Amino acid sequence: MLTYNQMVVDQWDDEGRVDHLFHALADATRRDILRRSVQGDLSVSRLAEAYPMSFAAVQKHVAVLERAGLVTKQRRGREQLVHTDPDAVRRAREALDHLESTWRARVDQMDLVLAGDAIAEEHTRAGHEKGQEE
Amino acid sequence: MSITSLDKDYDNLALRIVLDFAHPLDAVWQLWADPRKLERWWGPPTYPATVEEHDLTPGGTVTYFMTGPEGDTHRGYLNVTEVIEGKSIEMIDGFAHDDGTPNAELPTTTMSVHLYDHDGGTRVEMQSTFDSREQMDQLVAMGMVEGIQEAAGQMDGILAT
Repeated sequence: MLTYNQMVVDQWDDEGRVDHLFHALADATRRDILRRSVQGDLSVSRLAEAYPMSFAAVQKHVAVLERAGLVTKQRRGREQLVHTDPDAVRRAREALDHLESTWRARVDQMDLVLAGDAIAEEHTRAGHEKGQEE
Repeated sequence: MSITSLDKDYDNLALRIVLDFAHPLDAVWQLWADPRKLERWWGPPTYPATVEEHDLTPGGTVTYFMTGPEGDTHRGYLNVTEVIEGKSIEMIDGFAHDDGTPNAELPTTTMSVHLYDHDGGTRVEMQSTFDSREQMDQLVAMGMVEGIQEAAGQMDGILAT
């Protein structure tokens, strides 16, 4: 997991986003905004109607998502439309897959180490038996 | 050996893995207890680990570095909090600076390992739990996992088009 973290951190640190990304995804409202903005046809005002909070509060959530690179805002007439960035979400999903594969790789290697032990023991035992015969 | 289960516990911010080995418990225990064995599985094949200090006792430390394909090194440490010989280990898993001192800027995880005899072999239950780091970590790491899961379904459609 460390390795995975290190690599992910390295990767994201280049863009200065790792903290922002974690922070952005830590909130249920923001995750919901992310879901609703997949089509990219909702303005901040429309989004704000969906939550029992002020327009300013929703605007703040959108700003956090924007800073994390998870959404972009596009101006259309007088409105700002919020659009979830598929690349950012995909990258996050890949990171989770990576965490799992890190552990799977470790487990595979544990197996090799244990298999190596078993073979070595077999040799030692065979060696002993041979020694005893002589 | 098989991975019996691997799941992400969102309530406890944990990745939990259950493994079943056909090997005796003593042999499986040595995967952690023997530094030469630990280093053979800890790092990925392209980033093999070298264990330096290895004090697997409560309050002890395991330090290691991983060497990348370019000869680049990445240091890490395990702070051992609890050990019951042949049964369980609890430790904190973190990054270190090049000089070996813990890097507080990067997240740590708490790892627990439990071994027991099972079905003629050994069962290992491992859990990695994100630790809090300032305001961020616990909720944040959890949010990342949960957010991805929730978003993934939505994004699949988008990515396919």
